[in-house]
This record gives sequence, structure tokens and C-alpha cells, in this order.
Amino acid sequence: MTHTQEPIFGTTFFDGEMAMKGYGLNKMCYSFNKAENREAFLKDEEAYYEKYGLTEAQKEACRKRIALDLIAEGGNIYYLAKFTGILGLSVQDVGAQMTGKTVEEFKQMLVDAGK
Amino acid sequence: MAKIVGGICTSHIPAIGNAIAKEMFEDPYWKPFFDGYPPVRDWLDEIKPDVAVVVYNDHGLNFFLDKMPTFSIGAAPEYKNDDEGWGIPTIPPFPGDPKLSWHIINELVKDEFDICSCQEMLVDHGFTVPMSLLWPERGEDQIKTIPFCVNTVQHPIASPKRCLDIGKSLGKAIESYPEDLKVVILGTGGLSHQLDGERAGFINKEFDLECMEKIISDPYHYKDMSIHELVRLAGAQGAEFILWLIMRAAMGETVTKVHSNYHIPISNTGAGLLCIDNAA
Repeated sequence: MTHTQEPIFGTTFFDGEMAMKGYGLNKMCYSFNKAENREAFLKDEEAYYEKYGLTEAQKEACRKRIALDLIAEGGNIYYLAKFTGILGLSVQDVGAQMTGKTVEEFKQMLVDAGK
Repeated sequence: MAKIVGGICTSHIPAIGNAIAKEMFEDPYWKPFFDGYPPVRDWLDEIKPDVAVVVYNDHGLNFFLDKMPTFSIGAAPEYKNDDEGWGIPTIPPFPGDPKLSWHIINELVKDEFDICSCQEMLVDHGFTVPMSLLWPERGEDQIKTIPFCVNTVQHPIASPKRCLDIGKSLGKAIESYPEDLKVVILGTGGLSHQLDGERAGFINKEFDLECMEKIISDPYHYKDMSIHELVRLAGAQGAEFILWLIMRAAMGETVTKVHSNYHIPISNTGAGLLCIDNAA
């Protein structure tokens, strides 16, 4: 819609189309700024998904904790980080999952970028 | 008249907030990063600026996708920090200078930039981490702040050219303010990093080192770069480099480097620090 240029490997441009697709999912994640909402989510995930009107595909990506699927369903990484934070995952944990590496391998890749 | 005394660019990675809270300054992972800051703090102690204009991006504390302004400027007597959801301790509010804020807003709109003015504005790690790194001790006479927030969450994102243009107007606006104030401008974020997708963990040292050099000698080198090209070279979140461009364009043509530091990795990022003096 707003983005027509040459694709960049492994990179989703979070544009108007993705922002519409992911609105409910991102709104749910944004709500996790408040401690009481994080607690409510942990108490009853399914009710929380319903409250924010997640699509079935978004719910499934949340249930399985698959970051690439969350992004494909319109999740924006800045908001998703609030979700993965509840799950106790760091950006390296999530990065490792998305790149198919172990966390150690992912961290080593970052160190190697400095060499 | 107000005078822009200098500019400081620094990364603002959230993990730094936790490392500060845990005082991990001598930890082997963190030491090469934290050791970059004392020379900049010495420069600040010597110059003693009155106000910091902090050019940063919000990551989902103050703004959500319901309203996403491209450029927003705080015009409040103070700016609160709050829970971002994943555990950085909340820190005390920062004092503002609403009179100078409104002067900047008025002048920028006069220059045909459309600004979202904010009389309430929560500031997230993009603002607080650089402030804590540069002014770790905050007393009664702590520096006043003006948050200058730029959308880097949702495309379309303002182009490097647009950012250089607004930075130039910001500089002009500050230096037309009648009060005798010393102003320092912070450009936060960057350098190269990507958090999302199969390309997560992308860092481009060569590009970063070029940015560190060109931001001093030739910031208009990036004038015709598209955001798409910037994402290709710097990673999806490396587009925050536009915030450094705003800072630099507010300075004079010729500036002097006070100090710089670059270290890979801090979290997923090539962490850059650059302090420049505006007195040519």
C-alpha cells in the first residue's frame, strides 16, 4: 500500500497496511505497560485475546509464542517486546528464535559483528 | 540570546537502563560502553548548559498507533517517565521549559513544519536513558528539558532530508530566543540494529563508523538517502539515525569533536556516542 520498493531480506516494513492488520494485537501489547493488565493477561490469556479482538491467526501466534508469526500478523516489534517481556524473553531470546539460532549463537553473531 | 553550545548523540538501548539501575559500570560486558561517558560529562560540567532539547523516538509509552504524529514537541513544566512493561525502573520526572518549547513550536510552524504540541508527555527510555547517562546526578538545579519526539515506529517515516531541514529550523528557532540560555541538543538512538524478522541481529559496523565521521564533517551526505535505503544499511530500527541528523543540522556548519566512542554489541546494537562543540 505505502511500500513498493525492493524487499529487504527478513524485514517487514510496518506501514499503514500492517498497522491496520495488527491494530488489535498491538493494542493488547500496548496495554501491558500497566502492571494490572500484565497480571490480568497471565491470569486468563484467552479472555484477554477476546477483549482486544485478536484474529484467530493472531491468537494462535500468541499461544505458540512464535515471533515471526506475530510480525506476519501485524505485530510491531516495539509493542511485541512488551508481550515477550511478560514471558521473560530478552530481545536476544526472540532474535535467536526468529533467526533459527540458539541464544548463544545469536549472541556470538552480535559479538562477531564488532570484529 | 540563546546559544546552542553543542550536541550529543548517544544510543538509548533499554538494557542500558537496567545496567545503570544495577550499577554494572565495571562489568566486562558493559565497561567498554560506560567508559565512553565520563569525558562527555566533563565537557558538560565545564559548559553547564541550561536546557537540553532531546530528539528521540517513543517506543510505545506516550504514543500508540491510534495517533502517531511525525514530529511532536513537549510544552510542559515537567515530563514523567512510566512503566514500559518490561522492567526498567521508573525514574523521577524531568523539568521542562514550556516558554522555550512554545517559542520553538511557533517558529517551526512559521517555517512550515507541522508540529504536534504536547502539554502532557510521558518520556520513555529513548529520552531517559541518554539523560541518565549524561546527567547521572540530578539536584535542585538540574538541567531543563524539551522532548522532541520523532515517529520511527510506523512507516512512512520522515526522510533524512526532512529531518535535516527541521533540524536546521530548530537551530534557527533556538538561536532567535531572546533569553540568554545555553542549549545542548541530544540526538538519541541508533546506530545500526534490527530487532525483528529473520534479519534480527543485523549490525553494520562500516556504515556506523562512516555515520560517526560524516555526522561531523558532512551530514548532508545523507540528504538524498531514502528511509528504505537507510533500513537496508542500518537495519529496521537503525532508521533512528534520522534523530542524529536533526541534532546535527541544528548546529553550525563547522563543529569540533569533543569525544566519541563506538562499541559492538550492546544488546542487539552498534552503540555510538558522539559529543560535538558548536563553537567553530
